[in-house]
Amino acid sequence: MSSQLKWKFAFIAVVILLCLFGVLGMPIFPTSWAQVKDNLASRIQLGLDLKGGSHLVLQVQVDEAIGLRCDQTVDQLSKQLHEKSINVGEIRRLNDTQIQVLNVDPATSAGFRDLVSTQFPDWGLAPLAGSVNGYVISMKPSVVADLRRETMDQSLETITRRINALGLTEPTIAFTGRGDNEILVQLPGEGDPTRAKSVIQAGGQLELTLVVDDQPYPSEAAALASRGGVLPPGTEIVPGRAEGATSSQQPLQVFYILDRAPVVTGQDLRGASPAPSSSYPGQYEVRFQLSTAAAARFGPFTEANVGRHMAIVLDHKVYTAPVINSRIEDSGVIEGSFTQESAQDLALVLRAGALPASIKYLEERTVGPSLGADSIREGVRASIASLIVVMIFLVIYYRLSGVNAVVALMFNLVILVAFMAYAGAVLTLPGIAGVILTIGMGVDSNVLVFERIREELRNGKANASAVDLGFERAFLTIIDTHVTTVVSAIFLFLFGTGPVRGFAVTLVIGLIANIFTSIYVSRAIFDYHLARMERQAALSI
Amino acid sequence: MEFFKGVNVDWMGKVKYFVSLSLILLAVGWLSILRNHGLKQGIDFRGGTLVYVRFSGTPPIDQIRKGLQSAGLANSTIQGISDINSNSKNDVVIGLEQHGQGDESLDAGKQAILDVLHKMFGTDSGGKQDFNSITPSALAAYLTQKDPLALGVNAGERYNQLAQRLADARDRDNGGILTSFGQLKNVGGATPAVIASLQSGFSLGNFAIRNVEIVGPKVGSQLRRQAVLATLYALAGMLVYIAFRFEWVYGAAAVIAVFHDVLITLGFFSLFHFEISLTVIAALLTLVGYSMNDTIVIFDRVRENLRLMRREPFPEIVNRSINQTLSRTILTSGLTFLTVLVLYLEGGEVLRAFSFAMVVGVVVGTYSSFGIAAPIVVVWNKYRGQGASVRAGSAAEKRVAAEARR
Repeated sequence: MSSQLKWKFAFIAVVILLCLFGVLGMPIFPTSWAQVKDNLASRIQLGLDLKGGSHLVLQVQVDEAIGLRCDQTVDQLSKQLHEKSINVGEIRRLNDTQIQVLNVDPATSAGFRDLVSTQFPDWGLAPLAGSVNGYVISMKPSVVADLRRETMDQSLETITRRINALGLTEPTIAFTGRGDNEILVQLPGEGDPTRAKSVIQAGGQLELTLVVDDQPYPSEAAALASRGGVLPPGTEIVPGRAEGATSSQQPLQVFYILDRAPVVTGQDLRGASPAPSSSYPGQYEVRFQLSTAAAARFGPFTEANVGRHMAIVLDHKVYTAPVINSRIEDSGVIEGSFTQESAQDLALVLRAGALPASIKYLEERTVGPSLGADSIREGVRASIASLIVVMIFLVIYYRLSGVNAVVALMFNLVILVAFMAYAGAVLTLPGIAGVILTIGMGVDSNVLVFERIREELRNGKANASAVDLGFERAFLTIIDTHVTTVVSAIFLFLFGTGPVRGFAVTLVIGLIANIFTSIYVSRAIFDYHLARMERQAALSI
Repeated sequence: MEFFKGVNVDWMGKVKYFVSLSLILLAVGWLSILRNHGLKQGIDFRGGTLVYVRFSGTPPIDQIRKGLQSAGLANSTIQGISDINSNSKNDVVIGLEQHGQGDESLDAGKQAILDVLHKMFGTDSGGKQDFNSITPSALAAYLTQKDPLALGVNAGERYNQLAQRLADARDRDNGGILTSFGQLKNVGGATPAVIASLQSGFSLGNFAIRNVEIVGPKVGSQLRRQAVLATLYALAGMLVYIAFRFEWVYGAAAVIAVFHDVLITLGFFSLFHFEISLTVIAALLTLVGYSMNDTIVIFDRVRENLRLMRREPFPEIVNRSINQTLSRTILTSGLTFLTVLVLYLEGGEVLRAFSFAMVVGVVVGTYSSFGIAAPIVVVWNKYRGQGASVRAGSAAEKRVAAEARR
């Protein structure tokens, strides 16, 4: 055999070894079939539709964060205008990004414009059309864009922390890239995403505030009425649960008048953990510790307000409002009808931090593990069946050359599987269909070559030159056909989601490997065979 | 062994048969689509909720339907799934149309369905957890707490593995539902003590959720748009590639043939009541690629023969090319058809619509290469009026010959 052929076979052998190493993971031949299956299972990444798991797409309501910033600006603007004695008629939030100011006193309007441009550089000032002494203050578009991005980034981080704290295996948390503020969460192996969903969605905003009146009111109107219709400055009405409501009843809603500014928020927590409740045996509570700086505020606060109620506000709802019995430095407890799991979840959420905006779920798919196992079994069975059918046919129709094609096909599949193992590509159920299609369409390359060889033999060419011509003439057609399918697959990958992407990936890898095996490997085998054959013997094709 | 030695069929002479066949197939398919008011869209595109449930016994579908209706789920559907492959005939799928843009959470429908099922089929378990729906991690936590193997404090990892094996036995070997704990006898490490501990701590529910799909309205329309875009871009890409490798009329002919294939396949979908889902779009794009391949093989041969057989009329060249590549065409289509047929029969319920699209697509795609694409090129060539490409004996040739004599 010529030295060029020897090099060819050496190269092919190296590729085979690399592939086998990638697939089986050890240089020694495996000892049992079960071991092979185990190795394969650990090296090939399975998609959710084969492993079972949950796929969630959620949308961050970014506009809430922008509206919140707008509200805060309205408050700050009022305060600063008041401090500088600039009189204005009405300050009102128009929409998420605009504030309307009416009836600015003309005498102080220069001061007003000055204040806005120096103290509020993120906002642009413009006169309000159709009104004298009216202005519209708008958030600058670049600031809005920044705020959007920050909100998305912070949401992603917080959700990632929370999911990692749940201890789930290998979750995927990422932007979907489909625009529109969406985040994708994939939880392999989670047959029931209910707990994860509630942990992800929890607002997590904790505030401790002073309760202005000792008693809650049965309705907002009653609360207002107790103050003569006007709330004292710096307070607000917040709904809460009625004390003494047990977990099985529907809690009545009551309303508290609270200080608007909290003394401690969730950002001041140093830690939070669940513990069995000391006062309600059988239930759980969440204990938290404050940072040193917060403790320096909290101590004096509690000391000054002994005997009054302090509201523990979670996500703008009063959770409990216990009495302050004595000075508390740096720790506290949230009591309520918690089970062990709900206490764990709340502690987790508090530790991970609050979400900057609320979350809405857009898509939820859960594949149970039994369906996943069935899909794998059916997919593998179909692949093996189609492989056998094709192999039998090739050998019958093309005789020894059919064996050549079968070897090339097997090699094609080995490269495909190995490449997926090395690249960490995910195998999905449509991906298995892609493997089957690779089998069917990959055979085409060999058929193109063999039919051409047969034709040239019929035209009277000698064996070697028939083989030469066969490969040469078929080469461009093989490339053409592969390119069009690869183009399809690329667009499927770009526009598709998980399972469809898996299909595109296996198809593309399979077809590219097919070019190598049907042209290079098949040719090498032919050359080897021709070299050992007698000149006049008929080529078995 | 060889099937197609020395074939000499006049393909281009039979064009009117091909066109009639195509028109019939298109008409039948699209009449069906019109009668059903459009194509049946899967949940991926129309949004909604689907819950696949497996029962331990035969599910009383009518009873469940009444239960769902009385729970206020008026627009729910329930259907039994009979899959020739599954080892269980006790599956149902419960569907809910999707509501408007309400503020209710995405999974409100699923929760409502589960509530109904629990009410109808929930066992009086006395507060025990349901083994048939527990996750391996929760099972491991229970086993670690109860410690039936008396392994002591650091047994976490061993119980993790045992829990995984128990869950696998339930899911892989018993289809996801156990009717008795005795079915776990053969699991490695499941001693009688372990089984007893499971028995005391868990009940065996009557049903288990196989699969849940909930697609919100926004996502549905997003996916629909992406599917259409992907198809259009892929077609454009291929048109450009073929126009670049051949002439643009070949590209146009190939694209028209591919459109024809997709339209006929969609017609068949409607006839056989299959739903269009994302994987079906993947199948359609693949068959677009496959049909192109087939057409390219013929065009390649035409291009080669044009150089070799300059004096022959164009339709003859095309005929010869098709005959020469017939062997390859039948073989490849045959083998591809066999593989996707195996997939259709053996590949399971999830891939059924996908493999159906491929089965129909392979056949139609092969046919369209010589039935649609090649004739288009021939007709175009004829109307460009090349003298040499006109067939012998026709009126036009006589006219050309008369002119030549003048």
